[in-house]
Amino acid sequence: MRIVVSGVGTVSAIGLNVAESLRALAGKKSGIEPLSLFESGHKGKLPVGEVKADNRMLAEMLAIHPGKTISRTALLGMSAAQEAYGDACLPDRKNEGLRIGFISGTSVGGMDLSEHFYADHLQSPAKGRLRQIISHDCGDSTEKIASRLGINDYITTVSTACSSGANAVIAGARLIKHGFLDCVIAGGTDALCRFTLNGFASLKIVDEYPCRPFDESRQGLNLGEGAGYIVLEKETNRYPQSYGYLLAGANICEAFHQTASSPEGNGALLSMQKALQTGNLQTKQIDYINLHGTGTPNNDMAEGNAIRRLFGATPPYLSSTKAYTGHTLGACGGIEAVFSLLAIKYGLVFPNLNFTTPIAGHGLIPETEYGENRRIKTVMSNSFGFGGNMSTLIFSAI
Amino acid sequence: MKETIYITGASSITPLLPQKPSPYTYTAQDIPPCTYTETIRSACKEPDYKAYITDPAARRRMSRVVKMGLTAALQCLSGAGEMPGAIITATGLGCLSDTEKFLRTLIENKEELLNPTPFIQSTFNTVGSQIAISTKNMAYNNTYVHRGVSFESALLDGMMMLAGGEAESVLVGSYEELTATSFDIQSRLGFFRKGGKAGEGAQFFLLSAKEKSPCILRDLAFAFQPTPDELLEKAADFLLKNKVQKADIEMLISGDGGNEEEFTFYDKIEKNFPETQVVKYKHLTGDYQTVSSFALWLGTQIMGKADSPKKILIYNHFRNINHTFILLESRFDK
Amino acid sequence: MHFINELKTHIIEELNLEELTPDEMDIDLPLFGDEGLGLDSIDVLELILILEKYYGLKISTPKEGKQIFRSVRTIADYIAANQQQ
Repeated sequence: MRIVVSGVGTVSAIGLNVAESLRALAGKKSGIEPLSLFESGHKGKLPVGEVKADNRMLAEMLAIHPGKTISRTALLGMSAAQEAYGDACLPDRKNEGLRIGFISGTSVGGMDLSEHFYADHLQSPAKGRLRQIISHDCGDSTEKIASRLGINDYITTVSTACSSGANAVIAGARLIKHGFLDCVIAGGTDALCRFTLNGFASLKIVDEYPCRPFDESRQGLNLGEGAGYIVLEKETNRYPQSYGYLLAGANICEAFHQTASSPEGNGALLSMQKALQTGNLQTKQIDYINLHGTGTPNNDMAEGNAIRRLFGATPPYLSSTKAYTGHTLGACGGIEAVFSLLAIKYGLVFPNLNFTTPIAGHGLIPETEYGENRRIKTVMSNSFGFGGNMSTLIFSAI
Repeated sequence: MKETIYITGASSITPLLPQKPSPYTYTAQDIPPCTYTETIRSACKEPDYKAYITDPAARRRMSRVVKMGLTAALQCLSGAGEMPGAIITATGLGCLSDTEKFLRTLIENKEELLNPTPFIQSTFNTVGSQIAISTKNMAYNNTYVHRGVSFESALLDGMMMLAGGEAESVLVGSYEELTATSFDIQSRLGFFRKGGKAGEGAQFFLLSAKEKSPCILRDLAFAFQPTPDELLEKAADFLLKNKVQKADIEMLISGDGGNEEEFTFYDKIEKNFPETQVVKYKHLTGDYQTVSSFALWLGTQIMGKADSPKKILIYNHFRNINHTFILLESRFDK
Repeated sequence: MHFINELKTHIIEELNLEELTPDEMDIDLPLFGDEGLGLDSIDVLELILILEKYYGLKISTPKEGKQIFRSVRTIADYIAANQQQ
């Protein structure tokens, strides 16, 4: 059974919806700017990919009472999931009797609120506003988003660090293949917060300048935030439009180190190989790879080496879109799935911003210009996370 | 599930230390009767982790819950022949103590001089990843983190992988730790106002579609925020789908832990099976997001004898919102 | 000698090497690699923090740290050389 993608939705630093994102991608307009969203020692200094709307604006757009305490992770997720849900015309398809599921990936859930609670709680156990801690767990944002869409047949959350969104998509496809559900909205959401910002800073892999994925001069990543969801359907459903098939998904664990990738890229290689194998595809059939490409010395070396080992001297079009959005952690698998499907639907290749010099070692040269009217039939999207959790999705034209 | 899925291994680190080392020797009589004591928290009786995680270099960064989860996984895998084709973990709140440690330093040091180790270890996939690293297993690796359905989501994923031939055996398990902060918060939220207690634990299972065992994992079902009547309907549909009569269910493992505010649904289900022996366990384990994995562990221990119940139904809900059913079948060869 | 022991204690504590005592820690034992303590990239970050927290010395990149963190002795030498300035 094949799985069709019938709707997409996204919010990130480069746009509050798909249309805005496409415009920014075409205009080579990055969303990376100095931190402004919350109080922090990094405010005004560290470049990040903030969604250009604060919580009040997001709530207003979603017609939620501003007095309600809702995590930013949930607000971003609602925004993107609602767009995908509407894009697939699901609000008008209630009479089809579809069993619909919602599977969301997130790396820190409602931490953007928890960190406020905890600061007060540290002063005294009796302190801290409880409404700022009840959304701490990862399931909270998922349930709030699902409830908004009226989904209750199956709701769950995946958390495998930076591959969470991709793994939610893989899990969603399996549920449809096995007849457990007819339709799944899958992807991921994560909000910027002090916890992750300082966490990545403590690892010394945050660049103080705009990130330069796959460039020799790269110094690290810029953190981002956002959400991206796609609507997966049984091929026999009566979906009104389609973006492509989800041909294959691979999830592996490199089992090498808690944070580092093996420099030769063994895990990345296995993930891409397994996806090709699952989709019964040859390397030459891949037209474009949306790289994980975070801009850290380790990832871009390992991922690039793996691509060289798999694709040899003539790799397909390559680009990382993280110089646009920043690294959106649990959301990037979802956001980049949306970008991959747009590439197929409109024949696009997105530029890898800030690239000038290939990495000595693998020498890969990503696309640096926005490409239109390209023959993009099959796209690979990589998402690699801490703990060696590495995933690859492959989408193809109908 | 159309395919028969066997539980070929099970382990538990829990406040109730398993008294019997050999599996399939429990009966309902072995479970201490439900007595609600004054203590409202249950802490795990932990084994000597050094005996399982032998490499001090690997062990040094692990928090208590990582050791607990990894050890339960290794206990479950000991004696298993082949490497599982998937590692699927579940947790409601993940590696809480490291999360708190990083948050505390972040706040106290005003974002300066932060140790990266607790941040690294705070991610929800830490245990799944550590199992992969310590057993050198590059297979499918996923972590579910959704309140009261975390464990069942992992179980469903694993069962589908077996049914679809994506793996021949899968390791599925859950882990949860109770920290002072989480206990404080739960208390302040009034979770134990009308009974019940907080708990923790780690349980792991090896599932196989190939290797047989006395315990068959037949199916599972979910309900999100149902009314009591919708829940009964769900239970009826679940039995029908699996061609099981109410009277066939010889044992019901009920998640009732003495919390009055959560009793309505348990009462509905228990009364729905008037002929069925009801077994309860939360007075031993306390309640936590992934506690139903303990119910499953208990089920596996009771199965497999001549006089074992032929069919066991496990019912649990978390805070009246996430409801789950698990159906077990005993397979006894003379 | 007191200074060396203090440094060792910081390393043991911050790197969670709890099963080691300062006395057991050979001053020339390689910190990285299979013949030595087998520390990894996370430990490099923790060692950088030790220098900053306890000795007021800043190392900007992990790369720079590689030479300094070969053994307890090389770290001690680095501290001695740079603190006097």
